Amino acid sequence: MNKELYVNILQKMIEIRVFEERVAKIAKNNEIQTPVHLYVGQEAIASTVCSVLNNDDYVVSTHRSHGHYIAKGGDLNKIMAEIYCRETGCSKGHGGSMHIIDRSVGYLGSSAIVAGSVSIAVGAAFTAKLKGTNQVSVAFFGDGATDEGVFYESLNFATLYKLPIIFVCENNGFSTHLPGFTRQSNPIVSERIKGFNINVEKVDGNNPLEILDSITKIVDIARKGDGPSLLECDTFRWLSHVGYWQDLDVGYRKKKDVEMWMDRCPIKFFSNVLLEKNILTEKEINKMWTSIKDKIEDYVLFAKKSPLPNPVNLFDGLYS
Amino acid sequence: MRKLTYAKAINEAQHIAMRKNNDVFQIGVGINTPWYVGQTMNGLLDAFGEKRMIDTPVSENGTTGIAIGAALTGLKPILTFPRMDFMYYAMDQICNHAATYNYMFGGNSPVPLVIRAIINRKGEQAAQHSQALHGLFMHIPGLKVVMPSNPYDAKGMLLASIEDNNPVIYIDDRELYSSEGDVPEGYYIVPLDKAKIELPGNDITIVSSSYTLETVRKAIEMTKQKNISVELIDLRSIKPIDKKTILNSLKKTGRIVVVDGGWVTGGVASEIVSIVSSEGFEYLKAAPVKIALPDIPAPASYVLENEYYPDENKIFQVIKEIVNKE
Repeated sequence: MNKELYVNILQKMIEIRVFEERVAKIAKNNEIQTPVHLYVGQEAIASTVCSVLNNDDYVVSTHRSHGHYIAKGGDLNKIMAEIYCRETGCSKGHGGSMHIIDRSVGYLGSSAIVAGSVSIAVGAAFTAKLKGTNQVSVAFFGDGATDEGVFYESLNFATLYKLPIIFVCENNGFSTHLPGFTRQSNPIVSERIKGFNINVEKVDGNNPLEILDSITKIVDIARKGDGPSLLECDTFRWLSHVGYWQDLDVGYRKKKDVEMWMDRCPIKFFSNVLLEKNILTEKEINKMWTSIKDKIEDYVLFAKKSPLPNPVNLFDGLYS
Repeated sequence: MRKLTYAKAINEAQHIAMRKNNDVFQIGVGINTPWYVGQTMNGLLDAFGEKRMIDTPVSENGTTGIAIGAALTGLKPILTFPRMDFMYYAMDQICNHAATYNYMFGGNSPVPLVIRAIINRKGEQAAQHSQALHGLFMHIPGLKVVMPSNPYDAKGMLLASIEDNNPVIYIDDRELYSSEGDVPEGYYIVPLDKAKIELPGNDITIVSSSYTLETVRKAIEMTKQKNISVELIDLRSIKPIDKKTILNSLKKTGRIVVVDGGWVTGGVASEIVSIVSSEGFEYLKAAPVKIALPDIPAPASYVLENEYYPDENKIFQVIKEIVNKE
């Protein structure tokens, strides 16, 4: 049992939760226009997976990217500034909430095209293998991405070439408003893809212990050169597909389901684990929350004080 | 200087580039097959091995994403589509990813990717094995698009594309593969943003590119009997288009015909006519003219093909009409 690792994971989860809830407030106050797809409720997955990665391991993700960026160690001033579309943002105000990047920590960028970044992650794994480094590449995506053809192309290529890539499917049961069983003849992703001869594991995406156990093994397999894996993590997003609402009144999900999942809060669960194992005290956990909340306010301040991009520089970054 | 065929020039460029830089590798559906790519890939598999010459599963979309991922992480891929028609499978990766990434991430994410696309044509191959899509890609911001018409440019522009830090669509044409020209040994580059005055002239400007230039050259032979002095511009670069060279030529001649291998609506011919109409209006002595493919998918039967593709007689006719207008 690695106490330091557990504490780091909890810290990351809280960081993501506070950040996302703060962004929800910013969106509600109409301070920004860029559409925000919030990770509230799914924190365990990004935090735990990234906790076993090295700085130079590659990560890509999707429109719901804030959690992965933060978990990988991305600069928090720059992501907040990007959400405010400022010049000091990680994408200089050109990307907004859905297109964030921090190459210094291996976060290669988020694409808002469903399954758009999965094959890109395979390419990064290809580089690692060709160059003989022992880096791994991780693609985070949702169950919606497993409806796209390119997802299967990516699985096939990765297994054929035995690439060091980990496909992490955050199955929250919906693609925007459509539940998995209305879209997929086999809604259990890990079952559906077994024919690809890929190593597959399925875990409770709200339980960092389960995730940690699987991802540690999977990363080891990839680094050793024994090929790719898919990790299916069952989870739930507390808020709407996009925005800060709860989406209880639009018909596709019921209040009792949302409440049931909120009850299974991954942060609450893991906090209890750390308390029970005497790794942290109640006081220490509360202190974590407070100190993180303070820091998040600093990032908001940084963003608000930052200049908007100068329209004169509209063409900047078109070509390298 | 020694002469090489167009195909050999492309082949030589790739040998040079892959020897010069170990990060250059090739990937594509069918790159190691002898029949898809003519002579252009000769010897590469033997010289550089399977690890750097990846003939992929039939997955153009995924393969393009993989090439992009490799380009983002320090490799230099040459992604080849032996039939340009099959690129449509990869449109999302090319247009939503490769083309956008550097701008979308504020200049922090260049995609140094060469996409080599081969135009096939005729032989009763019909609509899905004959498309020239340079006009389509010209429309997409973030890409560069080039079409060399001769062996010298074919080698130099491929080497330049490989050096470029942006996604470059390099389009070559099977019908040019056996054409010969002077090609220097060793490494050299041809800029990716300059048209070339192939023939200086005074009466009329003709702008064309790639294989279509062969037909134009034949038409120009015919104009010699009529004492018409034609200025011939080889476009070479489709995106960006070298406006300056075109407008300077128009200033001299006052008349322009664009002969393009794509469809007449919304492509390169339309774009150039638009440019000269708005930016060269004062120079025009006659209305600009487009000669391009009609808005029809390519037919199979050779009699229909002959009607479909503009020939030198048609081009000559158009030139005579414009020049005789006063």
